[in-house]
Amino acid sequence: MNPLQAIGRVFLKFLATTGRLLTFMASGISHAVRPPFYPRIILRQMIDIGYYSLPVVGLTAVFAGMVLALQSYTGFSRFSAEGAIANVVVLSITRELGPVLAGLMVAGRIGASLAAEIGTMRVTEQIDALTTLSTNPMKYLVAPRLVAGIAMFPLLVLVADIIGVFGGYLVAVYKLGFNPANYLQNTWDFLTAEDVNSGLVKAAVFGFIVTLMGCYHGYNSKGGAQGVGRATTNAVVSASILILCSDYILTEMFFAK
Amino acid sequence: MNDQSNIQPKIQVRDVAKSFGRKVVLDGIDLDVGVGESVVIIGGSGTGKSVMLKSILGLLTPDRGSIKIDGQEVIGMSTADREDVNHQFGMLFQGAALFDSLPVWENVSFGLLAEKRCDRGEAKEIAIQKLAQVGMNADVADLMPAELSGGMQKRVGLARAIASDPKIIFFDEPTTGLDPIMADVINDLIVKVTREVGATALSITHDMASARKIANRIAMLYEGKIIWQGPVNDIDHSGNEHVDQFIHGRAEGPIQMSIRA
Repeated sequence: MNPLQAIGRVFLKFLATTGRLLTFMASGISHAVRPPFYPRIILRQMIDIGYYSLPVVGLTAVFAGMVLALQSYTGFSRFSAEGAIANVVVLSITRELGPVLAGLMVAGRIGASLAAEIGTMRVTEQIDALTTLSTNPMKYLVAPRLVAGIAMFPLLVLVADIIGVFGGYLVAVYKLGFNPANYLQNTWDFLTAEDVNSGLVKAAVFGFIVTLMGCYHGYNSKGGAQGVGRATTNAVVSASILILCSDYILTEMFFAK
Repeated sequence: MNDQSNIQPKIQVRDVAKSFGRKVVLDGIDLDVGVGESVVIIGGSGTGKSVMLKSILGLLTPDRGSIKIDGQEVIGMSTADREDVNHQFGMLFQGAALFDSLPVWENVSFGLLAEKRCDRGEAKEIAIQKLAQVGMNADVADLMPAELSGGMQKRVGLARAIASDPKIIFFDEPTTGLDPIMADVINDLIVKVTREVGATALSITHDMASARKIANRIAMLYEGKIIWQGPVNDIDHSGNEHVDQFIHGRAEGPIQMSIRA
């Protein structure tokens, strides 16, 4: 085959997929802002995404904070800059590690379960059944999950921030022998509202990405059990990659001067 | 065949075609279903029965042709108008397609709740009443669909299909995957509830016992076309080799099994 032809085919396929995804996204958003709303489903999704992700996110955050304190100590003690540890920990957690690690962990948890659930509904004709029962599946299935994702991710990340900083505090005070009052004072002095806010905005975007990818891949899955498996994998992989890409873009927007 | 030239059919399908890629699935289908009639479409796997049903339901858009419900063209209709037309539909899916996150009663009254025809309290009462119509007692109302056997799920699916008193009920392979006794129970229920609701019925199946039981009229789909249709009593002397091969289930004959879906 002509190599140009092959490149062209891949490029066209990429454009078609992007188009489908954007159409799906636009439809999901437009259904999320127009009635009827499904408060019961939104609430259930919020509990699923927010409350049940707390253990995963909390554990990730506490260890991230602890490792961060330990590693920056090894580095900074070489040129007697141990005092900056509190600063490094709190900025890294609130700006980057909180949103990104929580986002990736929840992408695994929620992205996969959404794709599997909606994908199974697709292959067992439950989505067709919704349509025949006067219910728009985009409105009933997709919109509530997008809303719940956007609403709950910032709250999760807020919790992750607090637990992450606490993890750093534990290591600094109990292992490295810092004065607790000084460490907390340092943490507080360095922290600005912008650090936390930028992290929360990132979280909302990541929440949107994770739920969108889960719903999109589930909704378009075909071919039985194997198709659902593929949808699950694609949802997690694409959500993770998009989180890292959009993290860079958002950081650039917030902090590039 | 009934003379329906001066009566408007409930469903009128004209020259409907649908292809997926290079594969032609429907190749100019014409079909009329009269008011209160029960038409069964028979045909082998992969002959486009499901595609045809989904086109009428609006789950798929045909490439060309016209589909009229009560004389009203539904192809190219706006989504909102289409939803209004779909209000008068009920559908029993092949695998029942119950929502496994909802208890049985909420499955049955899902359409009523979606159309806000009643509150949740009333909906449960109606659901129990509909379940009784398909021979299930009130105890199952609070079970989850996964706790039911395949035949029971089909019954719940049937109760859901008739819950909003539809004018047209579609049955997609209603007996597939059931043992012969349960299949017959479902066939009897289909005949009974369709009559009770006074609905028009369009079914697809490859189970001849089922087709003979529920049909007034049978149409056979082969290679994307309706090759024969007539009253159910004529099926044994249709004079069509394809039909004969199909109803007797012979491997030898003019019908070649297609390999690809």
